[in-house]
Amino acid sequence: MPIISIRDLVVEYEDRRILNGLNLDIEHGETMVLLGGSGSGKSTLLRQILGLERPKSGSVMVKGTDIAHCSAAELKAVRRSIGVAFQSASLFNSMSVEDNVALTLREHTKLAPSIIDLVVWMNLAVVGLADFGKLHPQELSGGMKKRAAVARALALDPEILVLDEPSAGLDPIVAAELDELILLLKEAFQMTVIVVTHELPSAFRIADRIAMLYQGTFSSVGTVDQIKASQNPRVRQFLDRVPGDMAKAPAVAAYFEKYLQGPEVQQ
Amino acid sequence: MATVLENVGTKTIDHLDYVGSLNIQLWATLRAMGSALPFVGNRYRWQATVRQMLQIGVDALPMVSLMATCSGFILALQGASELRRFGALHYVIDLVAVGFTRELGPLLTAIAVSGRSGSAFAAEIGTMRVTEELDSLRVMALEPVEFLLAPKYLAALISVPCLSIVSNVCGILAGGLFMFFSTHLSPLLYLRDVLTSIQLQDVITGLIKSVAFATIIAHVGCLEGFRVRGGPDAVGRSTTSAVVKSTFLVILADAVFTAIFYFTVKR
Repeated sequence: MPIISIRDLVVEYEDRRILNGLNLDIEHGETMVLLGGSGSGKSTLLRQILGLERPKSGSVMVKGTDIAHCSAAELKAVRRSIGVAFQSASLFNSMSVEDNVALTLREHTKLAPSIIDLVVWMNLAVVGLADFGKLHPQELSGGMKKRAAVARALALDPEILVLDEPSAGLDPIVAAELDELILLLKEAFQMTVIVVTHELPSAFRIADRIAMLYQGTFSSVGTVDQIKASQNPRVRQFLDRVPGDMAKAPAVAAYFEKYLQGPEVQQ
Repeated sequence: MATVLENVGTKTIDHLDYVGSLNIQLWATLRAMGSALPFVGNRYRWQATVRQMLQIGVDALPMVSLMATCSGFILALQGASELRRFGALHYVIDLVAVGFTRELGPLLTAIAVSGRSGSAFAAEIGTMRVTEELDSLRVMALEPVEFLLAPKYLAALISVPCLSIVSNVCGILAGGLFMFFSTHLSPLLYLRDVLTSIQLQDVITGLIKSVAFATIIAHVGCLEGFRVRGGPDAVGRSTTSAVVKSTFLVILADAVFTAIFYFTVKR
């Protein structure tokens, strides 16, 4: 039985369809990369998996619980088994890094403070931030913030680790370090990892399977080799970095033409 | 004509939506308040409550004291200029004592707290929303209402009435200062007259008002923060809106309470 099962998922914002009938199964211990361009619906899908938004129709089953239609208590129970590192890290700026990591341990466990300190130190050590626990998030670099967010996500030893754009805005060396960290975590803790990204090298390095999103639907789902060999035009366009219509001269001219004939100019 | 009706209808629905949201938030907070209580609640939540009490109460003491002292002096001066013409200068004591305990003490305190803390609540929660910290809390199975709002509300419920009492004392002392310099009335005699003119119900009605004001300030400030959409400019707007709306609602509530007490509490 898959740990996450998405069925006929439809999401709309003010009559604008963002996700259009998605179906996807993610297995235990699998690293699934959600790949796609800007505005393809990756982050929206992630928010559905985390139960932060409700779909128009369809279901998202996480560990057998339909999180769009479950009770608040069930949703809390599911969320305790998910660790999340957001794109912007979203560390609590009013707390030190170690307090950020300790937060869920203090809130959801009855561990003694000394044990919590030890777990926090271990998690920070895993991401290479053992000496930076006393600092506040605003004193960290972009890469360190992302790693601190991963350490926080690991605090409760989650079954599912969700990483939203972990390497966005990072230099190639730090991004590669994060990829190795994700591989290490998967191997050491046997976690199911979901990574949202549009960084191809990173996706190919860490993924067991890749789901390619295009305009709210999966244009292709498969292993790294299957995706690389795919002849799907959308996949090929993404992999071969072929510019879309927007950047082409006729398209730009068409936009201008449309604008010149619009009501604003005609008045 | 249709446009006017549409605008009236839209505004009415917006206001009803706002009042409804305030009510839902209030009940949700009341349900979560147990976690912020000492001994029976969550230790970390009570620590947050104490920190909030320091910020709302102790940090505001100099400002509230100075505002109350100046207002007490002004009230005594303005009252004396009229009452002296009728040879009723002695009634300045009643005016200041009763005026402050029933009305000015709680109202001045509420306006000061609204400007200081109501805006701070909106800015803090609004910033957390913009930086996805609220989403982080949710995915960590921590409810923002319990984690953020309950300590703030409990702290306001304790601090605002305490500040109101300080405000009453400062205002009445300022009246005593005026009487001492204008009529050489001894402080002890002034104090005796003050205690004669004030009744217990005056103090109680003032404290009931300050509890209501604390509720308005905490909930309007936090709701404005939760409703932030967009970027940093939206946080700025929510901060302004929190102060304007809470001050308006405080004065409205004051008018309602004063009318109720006028018809129900007999002196």
